[in-house]
Amino acid sequence: MTTTVEQPPIAPEPEREAKEPPKARHTIGMVALRVVGALVVPIAAFVVLWLTFDFLRDADANRFVLVGVAIAVGVGGVFFLYWAMNWVVNWLPARYREGVRPYVFVGPALVILAVFLVYPVINTIILSFGDRQGEGFVGLDNYEFVFTDDSMQRAIRNTLAWIVVVPVVATSIGLAFATLADRLRRGEAVAKSLIFLPMAISFVGAAVTWLLIYSFRPEGFGTNIGLLNGIKSGLGLSPTPWLQETPWNNLLLMVIMIWLQVGFAMVVLSAAIKSIPDEIIEAARIDGASELQVFRRIIVPSIGPTIAVVATYMVINAMKVFDIVFVIGGAETNETEVIAERMIRNFFILDNDGRGAAIAVVLFLAVIPVMIWNIRRFREQEALR
Amino acid sequence: MTLTAPLPTDVEDEAAAPPPGAGADVRKGGWFVRITIIVIVALWLVPTLGVLITSFRPESVVNTSGWWTTFAHLFDSGQWTLENYRQTLDAEGFENAFLNSLAVTIPATVIPITIAAFAAYAFSWMEFRGRYVMFVAVVGLLVVPLQMALIPILRLFVDGAQLGGVTVFPDLDLNGTFLGVWLAHTAFGLPLAVYLLRNFIGALPSSIIESAKIDGADHFTIFWRLVVPLSVPALAAFAIFQFLWVWNDLLVAYVFLGGTSENRVLTIALQNLVGSRGEAWHLLTSAAFLTMILPLIVFFSLQRYFVRGLTAGAVKG
Repeated sequence: MTTTVEQPPIAPEPEREAKEPPKARHTIGMVALRVVGALVVPIAAFVVLWLTFDFLRDADANRFVLVGVAIAVGVGGVFFLYWAMNWVVNWLPARYREGVRPYVFVGPALVILAVFLVYPVINTIILSFGDRQGEGFVGLDNYEFVFTDDSMQRAIRNTLAWIVVVPVVATSIGLAFATLADRLRRGEAVAKSLIFLPMAISFVGAAVTWLLIYSFRPEGFGTNIGLLNGIKSGLGLSPTPWLQETPWNNLLLMVIMIWLQVGFAMVVLSAAIKSIPDEIIEAARIDGASELQVFRRIIVPSIGPTIAVVATYMVINAMKVFDIVFVIGGAETNETEVIAERMIRNFFILDNDGRGAAIAVVLFLAVIPVMIWNIRRFREQEALR
Repeated sequence: MTLTAPLPTDVEDEAAAPPPGAGADVRKGGWFVRITIIVIVALWLVPTLGVLITSFRPESVVNTSGWWTTFAHLFDSGQWTLENYRQTLDAEGFENAFLNSLAVTIPATVIPITIAAFAAYAFSWMEFRGRYVMFVAVVGLLVVPLQMALIPILRLFVDGAQLGGVTVFPDLDLNGTFLGVWLAHTAFGLPLAVYLLRNFIGALPSSIIESAKIDGADHFTIFWRLVVPLSVPALAAFAIFQFLWVWNDLLVAYVFLGGTSENRVLTIALQNLVGSRGEAWHLLTSAAFLTMILPLIVFFSLQRYFVRGLTAGAVKG
């Protein structure tokens, strides 16, 4: 590895390799060995895994046995893979060994990322110009569908509402809660973990939880057991079919995601607030600042970058929201469509690969700014190291 | 990922004089703070509480009274039952779904961590061509929406891939298999895992690695005996993150594993139940609680690690 070009250091100590004497030249044989080292063993391991499963599928085994074997094979297989690859590398001529080994370490990660993320991104872009089977070329028809179809237009409008409302509300509640909990004399940890609890719950579970709250029975069709309509009937009012109240039903679905994500905002922001030096806040108080001023002039500016990260994370999550709308159902009748839900509907249920791909590409284009921002931030961090 | 800029700390007045009145109450955790916190916590708990209580009430009671009325007859045995859980586990097939969830989640957590740990070690402590470019690519992949990957992966699983008549990816019939779901989850979790673990492993003191090298240890030994044990906090943080992600996932399981009663995981089973028995609240709530129980246990027992992982992983897409 003496031909390595100068590249920005990514590990703290780039000069450690320099101590070793120059060894192998960069020959074609060397490259071939690396490729073989990185590819052959993973492929072999994969084939073994697959054969095991094929056998299990045919054997019609007991479910407990099958699940046990699946876990053992999956967990054991990946350890065996690296052990075997390292073993093969140790058989190579000494001068090639250390040149090949890094590719054995990163090879599987790169192969999986290439096959299951990079290739699909390119392929999806190509498919988005194709017909429903992904065979013929249809030009921009799918994109025309995305931007002119009624349901798609509603989906885009609703998604825009999601990516504004959810991050703003969830971050605000999270920030308020973190700031107030920081001032509790005791019980801060308990209060925080209770707010945080919904983070462990799936979107599906949360959807069911809130379906119970929004549950509706028309008058004369039994007691209303949903909390909201229960309160209304307690007050002597007639029940409301909450989830059919367009466009407010969209807000009710957003509440579910806010409920799930406030804990995340709160935990991250709370960590940031605690890292503000006490002296600064005390100094401001001594200078006569009110608590509100301390919050607005000191706390918020100090944790500004963290707020930006939290909000960005939530914008991306809200943009991809699928489960909640999908599980609650009736998206078209209730006009609660969102982009990611339309994608699955068109691609998986209506079996139109071209349209599904075009919708996915729209989502992808929307996250590209964040992608660039992430890369830029990473390079700045590396430059500081 | 240090997010907060260090601020100048030049406090000259050391005598911490008790500051005058206005915000004293807010600052020290007076009534305003306590009541606000209690109200928010209560609001946040009510939905889960409703599910939990309803799941233990008999069908007839569930259908004729709201769950909150239960507080009036807490000790009436006619108000409580385990029958809902029995029915959900057996008749509705949630026992099988629970097993499938385990079979999907455990390998789909261990595989990406192992692969990512090796890659993170190489990115931190090994020299090779293209290292920086490859890692920047991983950072770029962090936010790719997984919707971008679904269609091509499904086509790969079902048909394989041919390029000019040559089979590049054989038709392995992976659709509807655990292996297919593991691979998909591994790929979707890998960018974050590599990113987080490299941040941690790259920050280990180089003196430790150097002295192990001088003692004649090769990279594999250093990784296995030294780096992995030292990285347990980061590995645990990501493991919890990925575990919850995979366990709670609906989309990937829906597309790659499907909804057959034999294969389906808990989230799919619950979604099917909403479709087929949408008004059977005694079953829906017990089913929902079954999907929550394991993540809640994991979450409460390992919360410290989980919080650390979240704080570091705020960039995932």
